[in-house]
Parts: sequence; C-alpha cells; structure tokens
Amino acid sequence: MTDANKKFLVGVYDDDDVALAAVNKIKSAGVKIYEVYSPFAIHGMDIAIGHPRTRIGIAAFCFGLTGFLCAITLTTWTMGIDWPMVIGGKDPLSFPNYIPIMFELTVLFTAFGMTITFFLSNGLGPTVEPLLFDPRCTDNKFVMAIDLSKNKMSEAEIASLVKASGAEEVSVKQV
Amino acid sequence: MHVTSPVRTPLVTGGKTYADVTEDICKQVEGKPTKEWKIAFAISVVVLLYGTCCLFWTWWEGLGVWGLNKTVGWAWDITNFVWWVGIGHAGTLISAILLLFRQKWRTSINRAAEAMTIFAVICAASFILMHMGRPWMAHWALPLPNTFGSLWVNFNSPLVWDVFAISTYFSVSCLFWYVGLVPDLATIRDRAQNKVSKYIYGTLAMGWNGSAKTWARYEYISLILAGLSTPLVLSVHTIVSMDFATSVIPGWHTTIFPPYFVAGAIFSGFAMVQNLMLIARVVYKLEDYITFEHIEMMNKIITLTGSIVGVAYLTEFFIAWYSGVEYESYAFINRATGPYWWAYWAMMTCNVISPQLFWSRSLRRSVKWTFFISVIVNIGMWFERFVIIVTSLHRDYIPSSWAMFSPTMFDIGDYIFSFGLFGTLFLLFSKYLPVINMAEVKGVLRTTSEQLPKKIAGVSKADRLASPAYKKDAE
Repeated sequence: MTDANKKFLVGVYDDDDVALAAVNKIKSAGVKIYEVYSPFAIHGMDIAIGHPRTRIGIAAFCFGLTGFLCAITLTTWTMGIDWPMVIGGKDPLSFPNYIPIMFELTVLFTAFGMTITFFLSNGLGPTVEPLLFDPRCTDNKFVMAIDLSKNKMSEAEIASLVKASGAEEVSVKQV
Repeated sequence: MHVTSPVRTPLVTGGKTYADVTEDICKQVEGKPTKEWKIAFAISVVVLLYGTCCLFWTWWEGLGVWGLNKTVGWAWDITNFVWWVGIGHAGTLISAILLLFRQKWRTSINRAAEAMTIFAVICAASFILMHMGRPWMAHWALPLPNTFGSLWVNFNSPLVWDVFAISTYFSVSCLFWYVGLVPDLATIRDRAQNKVSKYIYGTLAMGWNGSAKTWARYEYISLILAGLSTPLVLSVHTIVSMDFATSVIPGWHTTIFPPYFVAGAIFSGFAMVQNLMLIARVVYKLEDYITFEHIEMMNKIITLTGSIVGVAYLTEFFIAWYSGVEYESYAFINRATGPYWWAYWAMMTCNVISPQLFWSRSLRRSVKWTFFISVIVNIGMWFERFVIIVTSLHRDYIPSSWAMFSPTMFDIGDYIFSFGLFGTLFLLFSKYLPVINMAEVKGVLRTTSEQLPKKIAGVSKADRLASPAYKKDAE
C-alpha cells in the first residue's frame, strides 16, 4: 500500500468509455497512472494502465494439483494399504471408484485456494480499511488516481491533462 | 469493445443509469422491513418451528416414527433430499455455465439463484442428517482417524462420493456467491448512514475499493470458479443418481440415470428460480431488471430440460422392455399401472406435458402461466423421485413382503421443516443482501442498451441504427 502523506491527483469520470480513453490519452502523454477505481469491471482497463497480467491462474493449477494428489494419497492409502478391504470380490485398490473423490477434492482445493489467494493478493480482509479516493467509485463514478511523487510533470500540467481527457472533477488528495 | 446487435432487446429496461441501479437495489437493503416481509417472515418462522418440533421428535424417538417398513426403507427422506439437491442446481448453472457461454442475461438473476442454491443444498443436507437417525454420528461419513482400529470410510461407495460431492458443491457455491457479493457489499458500505451497518457491511466487504487490478483478478477468478463449477454441478446430481444406479434394484439399475437426473435437476431448479424471481420482481419492484426477456429465456430452458426428462422416461420404459429382463420390465409396468399409477401419471403430466405449453410465446411471456407451470413442475419433480424410490422398492423380489408406504405426520412434518428453513433463509437474504448483482448489471447496462441507456425506451430500430452510439459501437 501507500506510504503516509502521499499526494495524489484524483480525477472523477462519469463514463467508463471516457475513463478508458482517458487512461490511454494520459498514458501516452507520459504520465504514470497509479490506479483507476470503478463500480464494475472495465475490460482492458488493467492492460491500459499497464498492470502486469495476473498470475492467479498458475496458483489455481497448483492448488488443483495438490487436491488431486491428496485425493490419490487418501484413497489409496486408506483403501489399499492401511486397511485393505475386499468389497464385491474386487481388488482393494480399484481406481475407477476413486475418480469421483479425486475430482471433488481437486475442485475443492482449487476453489478454496483461489479464493484465499484472491483476497490475499488484493490485500483484502475483514479488518482492512478501504483506500477510497472518492466513495462514489463503488456507485456510479470512475475515479483515476495519479501519484504526483512518481511523476515528473507538475501538478498543474497533469491536472489540465486530466481535465482535458473528460474528467468531471479534479482534486488533490493526501493519503 | 462489445458490439451488440441493435435488434437485440436490452437486458435492463427503463433507461437506467448506473446510479439508478445502485439506488434501486440498495433501497430494499437500507430501508426498514416492509409489512409484507414481516408477515412472510413470521409465517416462515412458525413453519420452521413446527418442523423443528417434528424433527426433534424424529430424532428423540428414532426413525420408527416415519412410515418406513421392512420393504420400503427409503421414502420421503430420500425423495425430499433428491428434490432439494435438484433444485439447488439452477444457481450454479446460471452463474457458471451461462458465464462460460457468455449469456449476459444471467446477471440479473444469478445472485438470487445462487442464494437459492445454497439454501436448497442446506435443506437437502438436513434430510441426510435426518435420514442418519443419529445425527451426532454424522462425522462417521468423513474419513477421520477413529477408535475402531483404523477402519476408514468405504471410498467404493456412492454414498461416500455423495458426502464429498455435496459438501464440495455447497462450499464452492458459497465461495462463488461470496466473491460475487463483495463488490456489492462495498457499495452498500459506502452508502451506509449508520455506524452499525457501515461496520457490518464494511467487514463483509473486506476493504474492497474497485481498483482495476482487483477487478482484473476478480474477472479471472470468476472465470476459474465458473470453469470448476461447471463440471462440479454436473457431477453432483450424477453422483446422487449413482446412489441408485449402482444398486441392483430393478428400476434403479440403469445407465441413463446420470444425464436424466442432471436434466431433471436443472428443470426443477429453474422452476424454483422462476417462482422466487417472479415474487421478488413484484415485491422489490424489479420489473426493469427481471424483464419478460429473462422470464422467457428461463422458460425455454425449462421446456428444453423438461423434454430431455420426457425422452429419458420413455427411453427407460423402452429399455426395460427391450432388455428382456423380466424384473426390470415388471418394475416399469408396475410403475405405470400398479397401485402407485397415480404418482406415475402425475409425474408424466407435470413434467412432460405441462412444460410443452411453453412452445406458445404468449404463455412463455405470461407471468401467471410461468408461475403456475413452475409450481406444477416442482410438484412433478417431487413425484418423479417418489416414483423412482417408492415404486421400485415396494414390490421387491419376494412377493410375500410386498408392501405400501404411507407417510406419518413426521414424514410430512420433516418436509415442512425444510420449507420453513428455506423460506426463513431466503427472506433474510432478500432483506439484508442485494438481490441483484449490481456490479455485473452495471457492466451489461451499456453494451446491451446500445451506449445510450437513457434514450433506449421507445426508440425505433431505424433510429437506433442511425444513432451515433450504434456507429461508435460498430467501429
């Protein structure tokens, strides 16, 4: 998260298309955008800002594999090694019968692992105070935040750029 | 940029803006409970209390209070269980499978449908606990180290698969639902006027602020959870059907069961979604969000799955004859013409004939007919499970032990319990949480209303084609 007393220039937009176009415009002018906050997902926004592609999918695969291996271990060890049982005259280790368990545990581990990773990687948690530049960003406004200390251009220059890109309101906030 | 055909009817009508969506949906969460809600809630709680008394007596006395006998060892308990699990299929189908198929109309109904799924699975699980008779030993179904040497659960048994399937389904559905709720909880948090609700919704919203990075991950995780839930939702009823199909009881031992059960589950689940949404639509004034378009789409799915179920019934009958197995043939002839003929024909009428009425467009778009047929479908689906379970059991291999099943007041009372539980949970949900996924509806507002949400109502097709918004969209 941010250090104390950082100065942000905050632009509020009324429209998601305008906000997305504004991001491209401001970026091409050489300004680094800290983040854009929106009430719903805007496709391509993270790419436009220049965030790296999320690697959360790799985590999903790892969790799924863990679940799958756990299921294999659980079923083969209990049924075949620890207490072999002959049921219906069949071999104690009958793999096809364990497929449902393997599938369910793979899904279970992936879903829980993914959700936990999702919350942790976004720094979300029950006691987290949200970093809100403008509370309307969860309602109907699209809020752009530019970290002034990370940009070489002056505050006035950036403000006029943001204004020209279609922002309704421009303000400076200390966070 | 999405390109939407101008002939496509908008998903949200009434020229709603983003702020309107927030206001319309949050209103009911923030306002005081209405009189109607209080009355409905009071009724649900009374029903639940009556059911709880019946359930208490069932557990106190033992399963002997049910109408089961030596021949019919499964009756209402498993019927109700399968019925509720089936109903619990629609929510995940809507939010997962329709997400993968990019069906945007799901956005208005997925929240309530997922909630319904969760509550229906809770009701289903309560029948498993009842059916155990000794619910304090429920943990024996889990592979836990124990004091009986190291005797484990039998992983070859479909009943154990069921434990895994239903508990996985329940917890994954809860996760999917909760992750989808977080952005909306944040909206409510930022609008909250008093400290208590700000604290509660703020805690639940986990500090969500809608940053682009979070949304990108949110989209990704939704896709992965949808990808996982799609085979999961199909696996659950498949495994439930295997409880029957892997046995050697005539009428149960059929390979058609998994697809037939899954189709039936979607069928009854959508019928229940229709019932709940049609009520919610009127009570919470959501006519602009749940439009005739949505009702029609769901009715089409009901007709499709109802027809699949119909084909399955006929196939079963044909195979029973064609297989040449006389026990199997007898089981089916006995279903249709034996002492439980009325249950069989109730099932056939409700499930196969009634949804065919939806071939008519005017019936498909009629609120009254939709509600009526949805109720009929759910009655029919209850009878389907009753027919499968009771008629297959009541005349077994030894004619001297043939018997009939008649429910006692505890069979009925325990079923009533599940209605009370479902009603109470659903009413609490519909009051304290947003019934429509605001964030996702806002996301489809633009692309499906041709960029100009305010101007859409009453604009002719030619005008829409000529509008600058359409041109912009098409570029």
